[in-house]
Amino acid sequence: MAGVAGALSLDVAAIRAAFPVFGRRIRGRPLVYLDTAASAQMPAAAIEAMVRHQSEGHANVHRGVHTLSYEATEAYDAVRERARRFLNAASADEVIFAHGTTSAVNLVARSWGDAHVKRGDEIVVTLLEHHSNFVPWQMLAERTGARLKVAPLLSDGSLDREAFERLLSDRTRVVAVAHVSNVLGTVLPVRWIADLAHARGAVVVVDGAQSAPHFPVDVQELGCDFFVCSGHKLYGPTGVGLLYGRLPLLQAMAPYETGGGMIERVTVERTTFAPPPGRFEAGTPPILSVVGLGAAIEWLAGLDREAIAAHEQALLARATERISEVPGVRILGTAPGKVSVLSFVMDGVHPHDIGTVLDAEGIAIRAGHHCAQPLMQQLGVPGTARASFGVYNDLDDVDALVGGLRRVREVFA
Amino acid sequence: MADLGELYQALILDHSKSPRNCRAMEGSDGRAEGYNPLCGDQITVWVRREGDRIADVSFQGEGCAISKASASLMTAAVKGKTVEEAERLFAGFHALVTGAPAPAPAPELGKLAALGGVAEFPIRVKCASLSWHALRAALRQQDGAVSSE
Repeated sequence: MAGVAGALSLDVAAIRAAFPVFGRRIRGRPLVYLDTAASAQMPAAAIEAMVRHQSEGHANVHRGVHTLSYEATEAYDAVRERARRFLNAASADEVIFAHGTTSAVNLVARSWGDAHVKRGDEIVVTLLEHHSNFVPWQMLAERTGARLKVAPLLSDGSLDREAFERLLSDRTRVVAVAHVSNVLGTVLPVRWIADLAHARGAVVVVDGAQSAPHFPVDVQELGCDFFVCSGHKLYGPTGVGLLYGRLPLLQAMAPYETGGGMIERVTVERTTFAPPPGRFEAGTPPILSVVGLGAAIEWLAGLDREAIAAHEQALLARATERISEVPGVRILGTAPGKVSVLSFVMDGVHPHDIGTVLDAEGIAIRAGHHCAQPLMQQLGVPGTARASFGVYNDLDDVDALVGGLRRVREVFA
Repeated sequence: MADLGELYQALILDHSKSPRNCRAMEGSDGRAEGYNPLCGDQITVWVRREGDRIADVSFQGEGCAISKASASLMTAAVKGKTVEEAERLFAGFHALVTGAPAPAPAPELGKLAALGGVAEFPIRVKCASLSWHALRAALRQQDGAVSSE
């Protein structure tokens, strides 16, 4: 990617100014926020949309006949259509508001999985999965007597394609993969995976929590059957995520949770269920979070996303180069085309101690196992330190990080 | 930066790099694992008692500088003490690292006071207290895992 051109075509100062959090000081220093892969900060546009909704438009959806309820319903449904365009789903009925990536994966594993996966069947995941796309499948395997097969990685953190291909069989029912690794930044070849999996008759579930924030996603282009992502990693609020599912699959699925809002007709004898997406949204949904998410993706889509990707690549390249110069630092994950997620370890210093020294300088990174313990076991480390870059980061943040790491070296000399 | 110097002071760094009593124990009569599922820190504490007294105590594990130094300092502090004295030390130590008022009567913390800087970093309190929770479980001879959660 044209890193320099991208960096120049994006007005990062204007983007930063749209984020109120950068007015804060942390321990007396300006905030250097390098933990976007955990939660992206929210632009004022999204925060204000939520304040406005809560101040003037707070009401339940789908039920009331009064003006506030009608407006809340309109706002809620408008975000579904906005999300459809964001993911390029064929129909808004294919977009379900879940509480986050984790709840979306659990919904698929329970609702689709329990109905279709039998003893002796096989579920394929990869070694770099976040626990949210690993544990639900492991539990499904335990419930059903299916076998969980874990595709290995090459030493640079990319998928071992030959090994993956060998794992597939005619017993493979589900292939669940991350689109982008939250630890290594690796982008998985989802289209290639989907084609192979479909040739075996398997269903493909893609965890897009880390991809959707970095580059445009087209679920039809990816060829996946389910795609999930989280609002708070998309510059939106916590408490909401998106679940895309191909309509014929959703239509054949039983509800995951039951109760209000998801029914067609209830009698003393039996209940019939609403069609998707309502069938999968039992109870009062997180309306406020949905409104915030809608404003966040509207804001994100209004930026030049190619320029964002190029800018983030430029930051990644600079950070990779400069961090490597700090004595004792080793970068984990060097797959070609990776996104701006940078995991590293430092000789003799535990990642949590790196995190605390950086925090004292106002620098927020992630340290730990990143909810990817199987990957940590493979890498042979208890955890890593991880710096992740978003739309609002600039080269000063990279310099601050490198300066902070040199300070870590001094403290632990 | 003053608070960082307070946290990673020389005594802490020394104990994290050269932990005392860092070994598995033969002939222990209490052993417990401390595990923090959030960060993955894992520590095993062994104790050997003579009557009410902690005759020997040791530990092994994986963790950050704070958790290792805390475990090391803990073993040095409680060796030779009675179980009740160790409990009172833990109470005083816990107040120190959480920034809470010291219990009365306040125990003499000695070198444990070096971990006082943790109070400025609340997220690290669990690192500092993990080994103490494991010690308490080991003294109760509950073999198995305890969590600092």
